[in-house]
Amino acid sequence: MRFKTFSSPHMAPARSVNRVMGQVLLALIPGTAAMTWYFGWGVLINVSLAVTVALACEALMLLVRGRALTPHITDLSAVLAGWLFALAVPPLTPWWVTLVGVGFAMVMAKHLYGGLGYNPFNPAMVGYVVVLISFPREMTLWLSPSVIAELNLSLPQAFTAIFAGRLPDGLTWDMITAATPLDRMQTGVGLAHPISEIQTSPFFGYLGGVGWEWIGLWFLVGGLWLLKRRVIGWQIPVAMLGALTLLSGLFWLINPEIYASPLFHVFSGAAILGAFFIATDPVSASTTPRGRLIFGAGVGALVFVIRTWGGYAEGVAFAVLLMNMMVPLIDHYTQPRVFGKTAAGKEG
Amino acid sequence: MTASSHKLWRFHGGVKLPDHKAESTTEPVAVAPLPPRLILPLRQHIGEAAVPVVKRGEQVRKGQLIARSDTYVGAHIHAPTSGRIVLIGDQPVPHPSGLSAPCIVIEADGEDDWGDSRMPPIEDYRNIDPVKLRNRVRDAGIVGLGGAAFPAAVKLNPRPQQKIDTLVINGAECEPYITCDDMLMRTQAEAVIAGMHLVRRALKPERCLFGIEDNKPEAIRAMTEALGGEERDNIRIVAIPSIYPTGGERQLVRVLTGREVPSEGLPADVGVVCHNVGTLAAIYRAVVLGEPLISRLVTVTGSGVNRPRNLQVYLGTPVADLIALAGGYTDDVERLIMGGPMMGFALASDAVPIIKGGNCVIAARTADVERPGPVMPCIRCGECVKACPAGLLPQQLYWFSRARDFEKAQEYSLFDCIECGCCAHVCPSNIPLVQYYRFAKNEIWSQERERRQAEAAKQRHELRRERLEREEREKAERMKRKQATTQQTTATDGAEDPKQAVIRAALARAQARKADREAQGTNAAAPVSDNDDETR
Ligand code: SF4
Ligand code: SF4
Repeated sequence: MRFKTFSSPHMAPARSVNRVMGQVLLALIPGTAAMTWYFGWGVLINVSLAVTVALACEALMLLVRGRALTPHITDLSAVLAGWLFALAVPPLTPWWVTLVGVGFAMVMAKHLYGGLGYNPFNPAMVGYVVVLISFPREMTLWLSPSVIAELNLSLPQAFTAIFAGRLPDGLTWDMITAATPLDRMQTGVGLAHPISEIQTSPFFGYLGGVGWEWIGLWFLVGGLWLLKRRVIGWQIPVAMLGALTLLSGLFWLINPEIYASPLFHVFSGAAILGAFFIATDPVSASTTPRGRLIFGAGVGALVFVIRTWGGYAEGVAFAVLLMNMMVPLIDHYTQPRVFGKTAAGKEG
Repeated sequence: MTASSHKLWRFHGGVKLPDHKAESTTEPVAVAPLPPRLILPLRQHIGEAAVPVVKRGEQVRKGQLIARSDTYVGAHIHAPTSGRIVLIGDQPVPHPSGLSAPCIVIEADGEDDWGDSRMPPIEDYRNIDPVKLRNRVRDAGIVGLGGAAFPAAVKLNPRPQQKIDTLVINGAECEPYITCDDMLMRTQAEAVIAGMHLVRRALKPERCLFGIEDNKPEAIRAMTEALGGEERDNIRIVAIPSIYPTGGERQLVRVLTGREVPSEGLPADVGVVCHNVGTLAAIYRAVVLGEPLISRLVTVTGSGVNRPRNLQVYLGTPVADLIALAGGYTDDVERLIMGGPMMGFALASDAVPIIKGGNCVIAARTADVERPGPVMPCIRCGECVKACPAGLLPQQLYWFSRARDFEKAQEYSLFDCIECGCCAHVCPSNIPLVQYYRFAKNEIWSQERERRQAEAAKQRHELRRERLEREEREKAERMKRKQATTQQTTATDGAEDPKQAVIRAALARAQARKADREAQGTNAAAPVSDNDDETR
């Protein structure tokens, strides 16, 4: 009997890109649900819209580039990019902002570099930074969790706000929006208010801001699940949160009145989301185990620096993009030691 | 009784694989019947092919030497049974290339008659002289039975400056599906232990460490029992964690001794020699029973055969016969593999024979071997880095190999890749990574070969030119002398040099041929691009 021959190994592989991406998406659900709980339906509308735009752009670019739609349209990487973008922008962000951001992410940051696997920068973060710089006003429209809880905007109301820019009668944007805890912290410290005084405001909770801290905790749950399933490695999240804690802790010990506590840093803004879901994007992160420690630590350090001395209250997106630039260098200098060779690459 | 406690080390990477061992261990080992025709390839391992010492039509006895190899890295071939030589010529052989190669074909006469071909048994084997032992192992044509088939006598002969303090015995059998070593240890533990004592005579190591994966408790028990209470401190049966590829020589040495074999060195460089359990049993049979290596245990398994089992097989038996003994193929059999699923190679036909290094035949169905999805671009996830036991960056090697940047690939230690397949197994993008490394290695080898050929050709050309020039000169001189003295002629003088030149040229040619053959020993399949991203 004759057979067709193939190259070894002859064992069906254990993983697939879809499965990896699918598990990351699953792990995003608790945090996303918590965000919806605190900020209303807008979050879900944003996620759906961003995912739809991402998929449409992916399909369009595949067609333009003369590629088959499968397997890429179904590899879930576009869904993930859209979803992450939606989590980064304010809950009632106008639809066209999402369109521009996600469109830029998919077309410029992903496909013009060659599509999945070839993009040096995290597409979702590129899209976010583009809208942050282009539409600064819209990007500050974060809602106040306490007001939202009281108002309980319905799904159609949120829909109208996002797609028509209209709020229900009797409401103004000023009434429902509030600066994020990070914004308040930065402004307050900038005005030379002591932190103990800033934190007496009702917007602050036990760890970070009201609502925000719980969202962070739920993202943490998803992230730990990913770690347990070994979908992501521990290096990047541990190094990033570790560096952030260490640096902020150091300065906080020096003067707790002008430097916020490590707990506040970790549980505010996008630190946890960034550590487990954004900086861990395999394509744009470092690939060597030691490189990932450096990459993660770099992101964590930059987040602290930007939050403390930079022009923006939150720095996760910038930090990730800056470290993306460093990846080729990091990878080159952190090659693992080859078995049977000494560290210098010589025969051992 | 259980295995001794012994400190274990770890090696980087490796993967846990479904072991698929139970399938072929439920049935007891059976002896495969004598096939009507036996096909014996003259080249069964790296190194030179053996040279036939029999003629077509000749009658041979069981155990009779039929092809000999007198190079250092060579092994004799013996007739597995008595019969008539019906062919000496090309036949399909089990090799990744799927090509034919010179073989001796024996038509069995059914007598299975040793005649006087058995070597004289050595009863007092515990006190055998090391030189005598080495010669016996050589005469018996024994090679490593773990798969690589390296001549065993070479590994009984350490260089004088090398002090061997540890004998590592490989009973790990880490590849899924294969169970022939497991069954051997369960059923012939005494032979393995006796073989170990023999090897100890030659190497005089301070300690012997048996490494057996902890998924083979019965083998561990049988071996511990066979060892008895003897020298408990110096001879240890060690249960090691089942992580593929812990049975790789370098990995096993690391796990059992904590020593790292240098990248381009051998275990002997760190004071270790490693033998497979099957090899030890074969050495025992050669010494104590006087039998050359003419049969072996083979696992015939996989979901593509109806009755997976282990068979004691006459070397030269066609794979098809073994399949029949294993209940035949299932309807949906898809792939036939010689060796393990991770490092074995696919056979194009089941007409090829079992050779000395052939430990396993797997008939696989689509579901066992198929990639779960299409090939996707590398997403740089680093899973391959985590899994690589050689400490390489497989995704970078893939990148360089694909871009034909062979220099970079070598800079990233391409040749330290042992082709274990761990990286390809964990890759979520389903990239056939190992295929790319093989492709790159082959390209580099063939470039090297071309370079050497060109050099040899140049050398030949120079030699020829020199010779012609010299001949011219000599002719002129002769003419001159002839003219000067008409009585005397000098004919003897100039003949010496051209002769030497011819010898040198012949040597150069032989070298080029050898390089050629070495390089052909490897499979040169170019990677397939079954994804559009792969052909950007
Ligand atoms: S496992 Fe595959 S996808 Fe991941 S880095 Fe390695 S080659 Fe790339
Ligand atoms: S095949 Fe080579 S590169 Fe891949 S894991 Fe094995 S040694 Fe590493």
